[in-house]
Amino acid sequence: MRWQTNPLLTVEHLSMRFGGLVAVNDLSFQAGRGDITALIGPNGAGKTTVFNCVTGFYKPTEGRLALAREGVAAQADIEALTRAPSRSVKTQSGELFLLERMPGHEIAWRAKVARTFQNIRLFQGMTVLENLLVAHHNPLMLASGFTVLGVLGAPSYRAREAEAIERAKYWLDKIGLIDRADDPAGELPYGAQRRLEIARAMCTDPILLCLDEPAAGLNPRESADLNTLLNAIRDTHNTSILLIEHDMSVVMQISDHIVVLDYGIKISDGTPKEVRDDPKVIAAYLGVADEEVESVEAEIGA
Amino acid sequence: MTVEAQKLATAGAVGAGTATMVKDAFLAALLTFGLCFPVVLFHAESDNDGNLYLIPRPLLVAIMCGLVFVGRLSVSLYQARPKVDRPTVVAAPKPASLRYLNRYISLVGLVFLFAFPIVTLWWLGPAGSLKWINNYGVQILIYVMLGWGLNIVVGLAGLLDLGYVAFYAVGAYSYALLATTFGLSFWICLPLAGILSAFWGIILGFPVLRLRGDYLAIVTLAFGEIIRMILINWVPVTGGYAGIASIPKVTFFGIPFADAPGGFADTFGLEYSPIHRTIFLFYLILCLALLTNFVTMRLRRLPIGRAWEALREDEIACRSLGINTRNTKLTAFALGALFGGFAGSFFSVRQGFVSPESFTFIESATILAIVVLGGMGSQIGVALAAVVMIGGTEILREMEWTKQIFGAEFDPAQYRMLIFGMGMVIMMVLRPRGLVSTREPSIFLKEKKAVSGDLVKEGHG
Repeated sequence: MRWQTNPLLTVEHLSMRFGGLVAVNDLSFQAGRGDITALIGPNGAGKTTVFNCVTGFYKPTEGRLALAREGVAAQADIEALTRAPSRSVKTQSGELFLLERMPGHEIAWRAKVARTFQNIRLFQGMTVLENLLVAHHNPLMLASGFTVLGVLGAPSYRAREAEAIERAKYWLDKIGLIDRADDPAGELPYGAQRRLEIARAMCTDPILLCLDEPAAGLNPRESADLNTLLNAIRDTHNTSILLIEHDMSVVMQISDHIVVLDYGIKISDGTPKEVRDDPKVIAAYLGVADEEVESVEAEIGA
Repeated sequence: MTVEAQKLATAGAVGAGTATMVKDAFLAALLTFGLCFPVVLFHAESDNDGNLYLIPRPLLVAIMCGLVFVGRLSVSLYQARPKVDRPTVVAAPKPASLRYLNRYISLVGLVFLFAFPIVTLWWLGPAGSLKWINNYGVQILIYVMLGWGLNIVVGLAGLLDLGYVAFYAVGAYSYALLATTFGLSFWICLPLAGILSAFWGIILGFPVLRLRGDYLAIVTLAFGEIIRMILINWVPVTGGYAGIASIPKVTFFGIPFADAPGGFADTFGLEYSPIHRTIFLFYLILCLALLTNFVTMRLRRLPIGRAWEALREDEIACRSLGINTRNTKLTAFALGALFGGFAGSFFSVRQGFVSPESFTFIESATILAIVVLGGMGSQIGVALAAVVMIGGTEILREMEWTKQIFGAEFDPAQYRMLIFGMGMVIMMVLRPRGLVSTREPSIFLKEKKAVSGDLVKEGHG
């Protein structure tokens, strides 16, 4: 199993408490490099909370989130970094990050983790092209000499900007929105907005792309297109995907690895087939105690 | 149903409607009477001995009730007017020639501004043109510049700043103090004043930029007042209410505008006139304002400007794309403050005198009103709004003929705020997104299309 032999993200003992409410309780899982890992579970299971912890929007109450940008990180390196006060370290196998110590924008820029949102968060009053260029903020900021060279109109900045536009065009082509590049993002139909949000996240060149319910509100055709897009992202862009999804047709078809949460606790973890047959998962989705699963299954003819 | 019957039915409905309207208006008048009854009907007055008299004023109450009755009735009648089905006009796409027209207008405006002092001088002579160049030209341009400066903070970054005048004050006092204490020239003080203002912008920004929306607005408002309080109370440095007087006046790159040998007129072989200084001040503020505009337009097309606008649209999405929102907000604050400082320093070199009274909250409110009225984020809109608001005030001062109608004691300028208030309300009903409500994209692939104001967010701090 790739997530055990070559994990990109290792989540250990993650807990998130809001006052008395325990949203995530002692969760440990791994996301493999080059895998599509799905995080599923009934409503309120704590999936989005896990996402917010991974992408730095929440600071976890407890736990460690280690991300190895390249190669397999040695356990000793992770332990050493945990004891050290720093956020990241360069090891022999590549850079290693502890995400729980980093603010959201650093996670996106340094650790290269991008995300989309459950309720689409595009810059609605900006054009499609502008949306994608905002995703190039940090490299363009450096190229513009923190604005100084840019104001003077330096050629080096112009070249870098042209490169960013080319990159944006590539993605627009890929998601089929090249003809609408100059339209405001808020005017796009819902499905196109979802695709644009994914393209925008991809413009930050992430190694881990976190998608929060990418298929929500899509029709079957659009969902099938989404599957193709996600597979293409994984196969050709060296980007692993972590996704939350309720649409089982998407989850079962494209995931390599599924983690199931219920009430903030991991109840199952494995390949799609393993998870599908796990009585605990069936119980969580159907809402009965473990002992009654068989009788309920018999009743509904599953 | 025949046409006749239909007409009859409509007439009947109208008749019934009129009866309800009259009843409604009568109720409104009755309510007015109830409200007026003790407060307006009896006017309390005391004589010299301190005895209180109640003077009944039934006529006044009757007039008020009558006005409400008539007003309410006419509103109802207006609302119930037969509706004409107007064909919905589909906005035709803007032809390319119109876009060239836009550019043409800016060019004409620029030529007009540069020619303005010379033309007025030639036309009205030195004495007559002073008012136009100084009261209209320079005064309006100061507010155009302030509006453009605040536009970076409010219009682009979407941070509501109610204390912008603080940076104007810091700039003005910086020049006043540096020039009177160390005898530094205006050209050295101008950047220093800007830097000091920007520095104060950052100092304010650090603690408050975690706040959003209304909370941010209140803290910036408080900051504006704190600066003013410091100016009033730190008497040894700022002179308190007395302010700082005899600030060195502006010189033509070292040549004073004086009626003396070696003065401007003498050097260039002209006849001395105080108008020379005013014209120089006009060009100075024009250049400063254009600098503000140029920098803002440039920055909009750079990653920092796009990040400001993205921040206004959605702060959380910005963070997920690796934008350091705190630093981005700080740059917007500092840059807005920088231009406020430039304008302040110009203010004190023009007046030759600064006091805390010039930097009250109403100034902040005026500048903000210019930005909101102009259309947040639009450079041309802000300039137009400044012309309307500040030019409007000046015109009110000139309306001598109103004295013939309302009596010699009538001062139309006193009604400035009332008129602006009404203007604002009308604007917000008719054009809620300001004079220029569309957003111009910073970059385009094939065709530049203006973004409708309905999609653009106002920002939440």
